[in-house]
Amino acid sequence: MNLDSKTPTGPLDSKWTRYKSECKLVNPANKRKYHVLVVGTGLAGAAAAATLAELGYSVAAFCYQDSPRRAHSIAAQGGINAAKNYQNDGDSVWRLFYDTIKGGDYRAREANVHRLAEVSTAIIDQCVAQGVPFAREYGGLLDNRSFGGAQVSRTFYCRGQTGQQLLLGAYQALSRQISYGNVKMHPRTEMLDLVVSGGRARGIVTRDLETGKIESHTGDAVLLCTGGYANAYYLSTNAAGCNVTATYRAYKKGAAFANPCYTQIHPTCIPVAGDHQSKLTLMSESLRNDGRIWVPRKTGDTRRPAQIPDSERDYYLERKYPSYGNLAPRDIASRAAKEVCDEGRGVGSGGRGVYLDFADAIRRLGQPKVAEKYGNLFQMYERITGEDGYQQPMRIYPALHYTMGGLWVDYNLMSNIQGLFVLGEANFSDHGANRLGASALMQGLADGYFIIPYTLANYFASTKQERLPADHAEFQRAEKDVGERVKKMLTVKGKKTAVELHRELGQTMWDNCGMARTKDSIQRTIKRVEELREEFWNNVNVTGTDANLNVALERAGRVADFMEFGELLARDALAREESCGGHFREEYQYPDGEAKRDDEHFAHVAAWEYQGPDKPPARLVEPLHWEFVKPTVRSYK
Amino acid sequence: MKLFLHVWRQKDRTDPGRMETYNAEDISPDMSFLEMLDEVNEKLIQEGNEPIAFDHDCREGICGTCSLVINGMAHGPERGTTVCQLHMRKFQDGERIVIEPWRAKAFPVIRDLIVDRSSLDRIIQAGGFVSVNTGGAHDGNALPVPKPNAETAMDAAACIGCGACAAACKNASAMLFVAAKVSHLAHLPQGQPERSQRVKKMVEQHDQEGFGHCSNQYECEAACPKEISVKFITQLNRDYLRACVSAKD
Ligand SMILES: Cc1cc2nc3c(=O)[nH]c(=O)nc-3n(C[C@H](O)[C@H](O)[C@H](O)COP(=O)(O)OP(=O)(O)OC[C@H]3O[C@@H](n4cnc5c(N)ncnc54)[C@H](O)[C@@H]3O)c2cc1C
Ligand code: FES
Repeated sequence: MNLDSKTPTGPLDSKWTRYKSECKLVNPANKRKYHVLVVGTGLAGAAAAATLAELGYSVAAFCYQDSPRRAHSIAAQGGINAAKNYQNDGDSVWRLFYDTIKGGDYRAREANVHRLAEVSTAIIDQCVAQGVPFAREYGGLLDNRSFGGAQVSRTFYCRGQTGQQLLLGAYQALSRQISYGNVKMHPRTEMLDLVVSGGRARGIVTRDLETGKIESHTGDAVLLCTGGYANAYYLSTNAAGCNVTATYRAYKKGAAFANPCYTQIHPTCIPVAGDHQSKLTLMSESLRNDGRIWVPRKTGDTRRPAQIPDSERDYYLERKYPSYGNLAPRDIASRAAKEVCDEGRGVGSGGRGVYLDFADAIRRLGQPKVAEKYGNLFQMYERITGEDGYQQPMRIYPALHYTMGGLWVDYNLMSNIQGLFVLGEANFSDHGANRLGASALMQGLADGYFIIPYTLANYFASTKQERLPADHAEFQRAEKDVGERVKKMLTVKGKKTAVELHRELGQTMWDNCGMARTKDSIQRTIKRVEELREEFWNNVNVTGTDANLNVALERAGRVADFMEFGELLARDALAREESCGGHFREEYQYPDGEAKRDDEHFAHVAAWEYQGPDKPPARLVEPLHWEFVKPTVRSYK
Repeated sequence: MKLFLHVWRQKDRTDPGRMETYNAEDISPDMSFLEMLDEVNEKLIQEGNEPIAFDHDCREGICGTCSLVINGMAHGPERGTTVCQLHMRKFQDGERIVIEPWRAKAFPVIRDLIVDRSSLDRIIQAGGFVSVNTGGAHDGNALPVPKPNAETAMDAAACIGCGACAAACKNASAMLFVAAKVSHLAHLPQGQPERSQRVKKMVEQHDQEGFGHCSNQYECEAACPKEISVKFITQLNRDYLRACVSAKD
């Protein structure tokens, strides 16, 4: 397989403009004849479905929740980046591009990232026009805040509910198209397989989560917008239902899976309280604008935070990274927290926590001002921990949060399977080895509103249309496979629940293939995942039937895919013998503990190709070319 | 903690349904209400029984998926809190807890504690949007919005669409939900061109879905996990009246 990125030639800042003016178009009268299947209605999916319907295509959209408005994007708190330079603080498209490339530790494609930075400004305009209630300054203009990994203020926000408001904007646009009959919406419907024939994506097979009905949907293109795979770690900040099923099924049908080992661990989450924990809650990174992170200088200091004088506190981020301080990028801030906890200086039960302290901000701005900015986050913290973050510092610890890896796509956002496009967190494209805060919302909306409308038209206009009927043999076969797999899970009747097995999987992934990895620990992960997978298929207990709403069955299906995918992630981590961004191999670090990248051997995208159940997957490589920036050691000191 | 649960079980849309009792043992006060139910479900599965089906996803109070009536209160006893954010420390050891689905004609139960809320989606489809296509929008700063208006719009836009307002209302009215969207857009310049039409169509759809009329009991505000104010219903009424009497439409 050849991983051709199809990046247009020419100067960086005119590639996209040229692409747009040269790409082929579909005659408006013909658009209606094209059927587009959009799986997922988060920012990427809802934006794509709405926009394509506006353009005249026939769209069918799918999500597993009861409404498209509930996609995981809704949970994003902090904000969305855009190179508007409204603050006149020196921002520009180039700077956003550069920050993103550097933040990703030089492991992303230049052309894709530049395009993202270019369209970022149009996203804000579009969202404002939809009525997204962005925060405003007193003069009525849009307000900005700062986020990690940037020295400019370019993040637009809606209190602590930015994802919610952006998603509702896209959902409303989608609702409008549903009401016009341009989009057929299928909520509570899970995609369980991709149908490929003649090297082209032909459609999908789904299960109706209420009735259990397995069905085929045929289309001229399939857009996977199904989000990330952080739940492979069991505990993460993702919604309970987030899964790898759609992208993993596509991988098994031949789509290459790129950089699965690039996972992002977010530094500011509420620490784990006990075994019962079902998810971890993120406290938006925007808190780091005003909160100061510290631990006691001495190990085993059990005094209450207020009793520890300033001179005996270690504001370790400010100390180690004076120019970025508390706003150091996520991977760096997370590792630093792990380090101080490993040294025995962590706080809270179990010693896995650091303080996030607002005392200075409250003194400087007053509590009402702090409450105005972050009120809902303080509330959330109190609800979960029973503690008041205004009176005493919050306790935070890193948690799995986002996944930079995903299905491989070219400049058109098309995978190596013709007609299979991948958008949003589900693809690997723009964040390299580490994503900067407030850039995922930007990417999802960029892909959905502004990129896919061009690249999809180009695909349709340059390929002969030949839609297969839904009763074609390939569809029948896929339906049969899906049905058998569902039945098989129900017949094991073992002793462990899918949740127990998922928790065990997560434990090994986190302990051995999480924030820091070694060759040894990764090999242990691979072995353990194999055992767990074996155990899953021999000892899982899924009660109920497949002919109605069955929450145990839904969960088991997702866990089964994580059980295979976890191994792929670990294999990728093993093969990448360097440290970069969110992928930290302990063997590869500088004496001061900073990540040691190896550009000579690993300046490439690694994409995995499925080789069948009995053979290990093949590792393919797309070299990264540096035409416009020069990779340097990523320093935030 | 040990708790005695009375839970609504119903196989599908047609099953009449019934209450069943379960014991929840070894419950930690640090658990969320849903984590408590997770424990009960794990036990049920281990014993070969079907778990209690309930809706949930984000588990952080923002997606609006979770939807339980606890001891007669939508989202349970804590004000301004979704049931996924409700923690067991708010309950007493040995307490009896009654858990039911949203009850409203427009929310048919599809299984156990899960209801069909597509009626809310159809209300938005009727007009809860600004009719702009992607592309060609003006610069975001071309149209300043006074900060107080933006803040009020955001107060209303905070609605998570869970449906607790209708579940709590004795008339099963979802007027707070409608009012939240109407007011969000009515406070912004972008929402003005379609303001009259929007309110009329959304209210019409609300009624068609079988939601009841608002008779100002304000149970909705008390149950709303986002504490959306009933003042938005007043705004809705004003907008609705104006839309009805205006000759243009
Ligand atoms: C707590 C939290 C806070 C965040 N804050 C920020 C922030 O401040 N700024 C920022 O830029 N980013 C933030 N992020 C990241 C960002 O929210 C996500 O990366 C982004 O929203 C993903 O959007 P998406 O459209 O790709 O996928 P999602 O929103 O995850 O949507 C996935 C969709 O796919 C559907 N789906 C999944 N699997 C299937 C299947 N098998 N069949 C059918 N449908 C399926 C789902 O129903 C859903 O509709 C945050 C993430 C979290 C977890
Ligand atoms: S599960 Fe999302 S609001 Fe409760």
